[in-house]
Amino acid sequence: MNSAQSASRPPTDWASPKMRARIARRYRSESIFRNLGLFALVLAASFLVFLLVTVVRDGWQGFLSTDIKISATYDPAVLGIDPAAAKGPDAQAALQAGDFQAVMAASVAKLGDDADAVSEGAWLVLRRQLMDDPALLGQTVPVWVPAKSTIDLLAKGKFDLSKPEIERGVSDADIANFNDLKKAGLVRTGFNRIFITGADSTNPELAGIWGATVGSLLTLFVTLGLAFPVGVLSAIYLEEFAKRNRWTDLIEVSINNLAAVPSIIYGLLGLAVFLNFFDMPRSAPIVGGLTLALMTFPVIVIAGRVAIKSVPPSIRDAALGIGASKVQVVFQHVLPLALPGILTGTIIGMARALGETAPLLMIGMRAFVSDTPGGLTSPATALPVQVFLWSDDVARGFVEKTSAAIMVLLVFLLLMNSLAIYLRNKYERRW
Amino acid sequence: MSLTVISFLLVGLALVAYFFARAKGAALAARPGGTARTGAAAVHSRPAYHGAFVALWVALPALALLAGWAAVSEGVVADRVIASVPAESRPATELDRDAFMSEVRGIVTGEIEEAFNPDANPAAKVYVTSKANFSLMAGAAAAALAALGGLWGYSRLRPDFRARTAVEKVVMWTLILASLVAILTTLGIVLSLLFESIRFFQKVSIVEFLTGTVWSPQTAIRADQVGSSGAFGAVPLFWGTIFIGAIIAMIVAIPLGLMAAIYLTQYAPARARRILKPLLEILAGVPTVVYGFFAALVVAPAVRAFAVSLGMTNASSESALAAGLVMGIMIIPFVSSMADDAITAVPQAMRDGSLAMGATTSETIRKVLVPAALPGIVGGVLLAVSRAIGETMIVVMAAGLAANMTANPFQSVTTVTAQIVQLLTGDQEFDSAKTLSAFALGLVLFVITLLLNIYALAVVKRYREAYE
Repeated sequence: MNSAQSASRPPTDWASPKMRARIARRYRSESIFRNLGLFALVLAASFLVFLLVTVVRDGWQGFLSTDIKISATYDPAVLGIDPAAAKGPDAQAALQAGDFQAVMAASVAKLGDDADAVSEGAWLVLRRQLMDDPALLGQTVPVWVPAKSTIDLLAKGKFDLSKPEIERGVSDADIANFNDLKKAGLVRTGFNRIFITGADSTNPELAGIWGATVGSLLTLFVTLGLAFPVGVLSAIYLEEFAKRNRWTDLIEVSINNLAAVPSIIYGLLGLAVFLNFFDMPRSAPIVGGLTLALMTFPVIVIAGRVAIKSVPPSIRDAALGIGASKVQVVFQHVLPLALPGILTGTIIGMARALGETAPLLMIGMRAFVSDTPGGLTSPATALPVQVFLWSDDVARGFVEKTSAAIMVLLVFLLLMNSLAIYLRNKYERRW
Repeated sequence: MSLTVISFLLVGLALVAYFFARAKGAALAARPGGTARTGAAAVHSRPAYHGAFVALWVALPALALLAGWAAVSEGVVADRVIASVPAESRPATELDRDAFMSEVRGIVTGEIEEAFNPDANPAAKVYVTSKANFSLMAGAAAAALAALGGLWGYSRLRPDFRARTAVEKVVMWTLILASLVAILTTLGIVLSLLFESIRFFQKVSIVEFLTGTVWSPQTAIRADQVGSSGAFGAVPLFWGTIFIGAIIAMIVAIPLGLMAAIYLTQYAPARARRILKPLLEILAGVPTVVYGFFAALVVAPAVRAFAVSLGMTNASSESALAAGLVMGIMIIPFVSSMADDAITAVPQAMRDGSLAMGATTSETIRKVLVPAALPGIVGGVLLAVSRAIGETMIVVMAAGLAANMTANPFQSVTTVTAQIVQLLTGDQEFDSAKTLSAFALGLVLFVITLLLNIYALAVVKRYREAYE
């Protein structure tokens, strides 16, 4: 029947104009489809590039600061410091208590009208200088202090000076002050030490990223300390020992779902359980770490199971064959071989935890913390939360600080991911 | 001596016990016949297991005692401190008590220099001494327990003693305990959300919450204040969540993610794939707060300018479109990797068959591969939706807080997650309906994402099995 049909049909004339047009149309749609695919990829990639370029363009100047030169007189009388006490055993405490704001006011007054250009928190710089070098007490020294945010932005060319005063965000007086100081050679733009070493502040020119970095490190320290052992041990149990029964199924379903629960739910859990039920301190890295550990450990379990599964059974059989117990097989043979894979998964999980914001907001790590956190229970904030807080701030100077903070965060993420890729490439074994 | 120091000392003690017992185990093995396979003198376990056995007996009971003590010690010390305060000025209510104790602790740690309450200064001394006394007692008890445990463990070391079996039993229990953390976490989430939600539904009816169309949780500063109760109709939030996460974001993410996956798996030469795939992974690794910042700083003003150029006079600076667009871009790598998996799982024979019939690559993809992979792709898209509706930072920073029921993408809408953040980050009393409503929203979010995940995972799993 079939052969009769095909025999009765005339052979296709591939050279006919109709068939040529048809093939051309098909090839055309092929190339359109293919280019659509490429276009989708290029669009996604160009978005990434656009995002990075925008952040770097806005942010690189956040690592620079505009300083103004003043001459500060560390007069013990003005400071209210007893020169004898400043040499005694409690010298640092005595110096710390000094009235540096008065010294600042006196020094800045020498600038006349231009005094307004100096940051209101500049006295902190004086205090640090004197505490670093107590011998300066009683002397007059030139000091570079940060300019106020508007002047800083002006020096970086962030204002469009051709606009009328009311629209451009900087007053004529500020511009005049800046030009005066510049003419006198009292302005310089240099590396922003305060940004790298300081903590949060209400003034953009005094805000730093170090406090949030330490908060993030402390939080991640707790997360790693809890999530890694628990995650690895559960992975071992589920992959090597668990019998197929209802409990095991329940554990597996729990882990798979926990890995997909929205992060903000973990924040609610942390708030209800750690803060309200266990009465742990608000805003503390230990609570943040606990919350993120609960979020991270399913990721480690899943990565760990894959890594353990990829160790070939022959290794286990060989060890069992020469008399090792099951526990010995797992801990002395399987685990060391699976460790690179587990570590890769752990680092990726930790990178996710480092970028996580929402759960930390829930447990109060959005508090304004102007000190570098000293311990696991002291109030702290974290890098992504700092980005969020600064992005919310109305002060214009925080725009570049936010982008600069994002750059710091991305550098950390890049380092962690590179480490994961390096580990994977170096230790990955094909069996 | 603090509990931490005592714990460290205990661990040190256990280490010493380990070496002693290991030496004993080695001595047992060194006796004539000790290393024989069978016989009366044959040693069952390696010396290290004898060591570990005794070390566990030294450390575990004593550490358990310390953990139990740590859980109750603050309360006991607080009772002592309160009792030391003269009866007439003793804090009466629970709240006063807590305030008083936190003041005392503040003085002890040096955070507060001068106490507000005159009784706090002498109480701080009582706090320090009684805490030290109790710590000393706990330390002594722990040391005694450690010694007892160590002696008992050591006395059991015999050639035929199965130290390895005992140690491995402890290891097994540790493994089981670690796995139970997953169940405990799930239970913790469910119970904490349910518990607070039930308290919320005692104040606001569940029907009003799920069907009401007005959402304005007024700031309830005082209970008797006018309008302090607010309206808790969550439908506008559900709509906003779906509008941004399941509609706008998916309109962006599904075509782009699917096409990217098709290009990567079917067309891209190996070298291009090596560059492009990590690029997509980087996109997935960017923290959401960065996307949020980008949406608020760059995309939202652009969307607003576009709306104004279309002739909309009241275009808001926070729009559903800005948040949805950026969220869609964030989801692209996720959709792409799920689609990638689904397409690769289609048997090569189907592809080859189609190509052999003379179909072009794109015809094979459109008419054979994608239909065959459809269940897997749909499962992946559902997982992506579940991720998008649980996403928080982008909507907090770019979508706004106005609970509008609108299908106009240029208007501001709010989502469940954005409202949770808004409700819980102010200074609120914990019992107010406003605060509790965040947990009810969280419960809804949890249930929806859970159902989506379970269903999607089941679809994906069934799909994979179909081709295995």
